[in-house]
Amino acid sequence: MKNLYLIAYLDLKESIRARWFVVYSLVFGGLIALFFIAGVTESQVMGFSGLSRLLLMYIQITIVILPIFILITTVRSISGDRDNHILEYMLSFPISLKQYYWGKIIGRFITVYLPVLFAMVIAVVYGAFKGADIPWNIFFLYTGLLFALSSAFLGIAFFISSFVKSSEVALGIAFFIWIFLLAFIDIALISLMMQQRFNEELIIFISLANPMELFRVAAISLFDPELTVMGPVAFYILDSISQGMFVLLSIGYPLVLGLLFAFLGYKIFEKKDLV
Amino acid sequence: MIKVSQLTKKFGSHVSLDNVNCEFHKNESIALMGANGAGKTTLIRSILGYYHPDQGEVLINGLNPIKDRTKVLQEISFVPQLPPPIKLSLDELIQYVSISAQVDRELILHYANEMKLDINANINKSFFKLSGGMKQKMLIAISLAKKSDIIIYDEPTANLDPKARDDFYRLLKQNEEEKVLLFVTHRLEEVKDLVNRQIYMDLGKIVSDETI
Ligand SMILES: Nc1ncnc2c1ncn2[C@@H]1O[C@H](COP(=O)(O)OP(=O)(O)OP(=O)(O)O)[C@@H](O)[C@H]1O
Ligand SMILES: [Mg+2]
Repeated sequence: MKNLYLIAYLDLKESIRARWFVVYSLVFGGLIALFFIAGVTESQVMGFSGLSRLLLMYIQITIVILPIFILITTVRSISGDRDNHILEYMLSFPISLKQYYWGKIIGRFITVYLPVLFAMVIAVVYGAFKGADIPWNIFFLYTGLLFALSSAFLGIAFFISSFVKSSEVALGIAFFIWIFLLAFIDIALISLMMQQRFNEELIIFISLANPMELFRVAAISLFDPELTVMGPVAFYILDSISQGMFVLLSIGYPLVLGLLFAFLGYKIFEKKDLV
Repeated sequence: MIKVSQLTKKFGSHVSLDNVNCEFHKNESIALMGANGAGKTTLIRSILGYYHPDQGEVLINGLNPIKDRTKVLQEISFVPQLPPPIKLSLDELIQYVSISAQVDRELILHYANEMKLDINANINKSFFKLSGGMKQKMLIAISLAKKSDIIIYDEPTANLDPKARDDFYRLLKQNEEEKVLLFVTHRLEEVKDLVNRQIYMDLGKIVSDETI
């Protein structure tokens, strides 16, 4: 166990020093700051205002940029260390591959999750200070959603990292996955559903399988149970299962997905030559 | 202590180790030599359990270095051919080593001092920002401080100045008793006093093996 913590701790320290981490934190912190400056909390759009409005805007942007951030910063972690022979040295000490791999994941998870969480906390604290009502249910829902979102893409990133040969390929795959999931959200499914009269259940199933779609719907589901702003796919999803069930699903499924990919990555890592 | 039997390792169609058989025993200091690309590094990495062999196996004190990696690596000190660009600071690297392999921190500082590497002046510097020679000194200090039965060096002197080489061989001389010392080198004359066995490799095979 102590080796696991050691690896996580050292990876965390190393990441925090890295330039990408500074940019990463500034982006999410800056986003919140920008919302306050722009007066988002005062405006009334789509029927809700104040901190709820701000958190909603924050999470909608985060859903789009967090995955690509996680993917590009993490997708080279194992493969990069293998390429430049860091593994060759670091793994010459009596540390099991399990401890090394999962330690890296834990360290990386903390690195990517804390800044997005922290930005939300700042928003809530500052908002409260300014006298706004704190929408706790939304805050906790988003905390959970971001946790699940981070684990899903971290798992995918480590999975890719365990088998790719070069950093360029790793980046390419990362971008592809991101664009694919992003584009998949509305364009493909909606057009399929509208035009070709596919089986409704099938469409719902496919859209739920996409963690990004799931997040988008979950993020707004507390506000707008009718989901008038979300388009037909979201409407169908909430039409077929209850809201509570859906929130659980939207946190549980990506978490499991992330763990599954991370585990597959571990199996590959274990089976492959280390140098 | 180390038993390599019928070991074959291929990369694609290229055979890097071709049915290699050899044993290394306590109190042996071995110079492992051969042309570039002969398979020396591949052999060493197989002993460390980094490669899954295509055929044959390596046993260290009867244990498989892949399946029992933590037990096996407890007994091995290793310095690679090229110091890797580790981003940890020296302080963190020492922490990594001392916690994972129960190496005494003071002992690392002691050997670094013997190698004329001033750790304290660089303690918060990233390892990869050290000069090539300083990196090697650091890794050598760690390898000596880690009390292992097997010491493996893959050409560790490439970047060392002559003074540092002398320091290194002197320290090694003090530390080779009751151990296996496996030393990849292209300069036999430098390690002549140190070694009692010479192995030549070529094209993935051991072509000569003499005990002196
Ligand atoms: N990961 C790898 N992928 C493909 N080929 C490899 C790999 N590692 C080694 N080889 C090949 O195996 C052969 C032996 O390489 P090795 O590094 O063991 O040589 P060496 O004896 O250590 O040489 P040098 O004196 O230059 O260090 C070389 O032909 C090399 O190209
Ligand atoms: Mg070599």
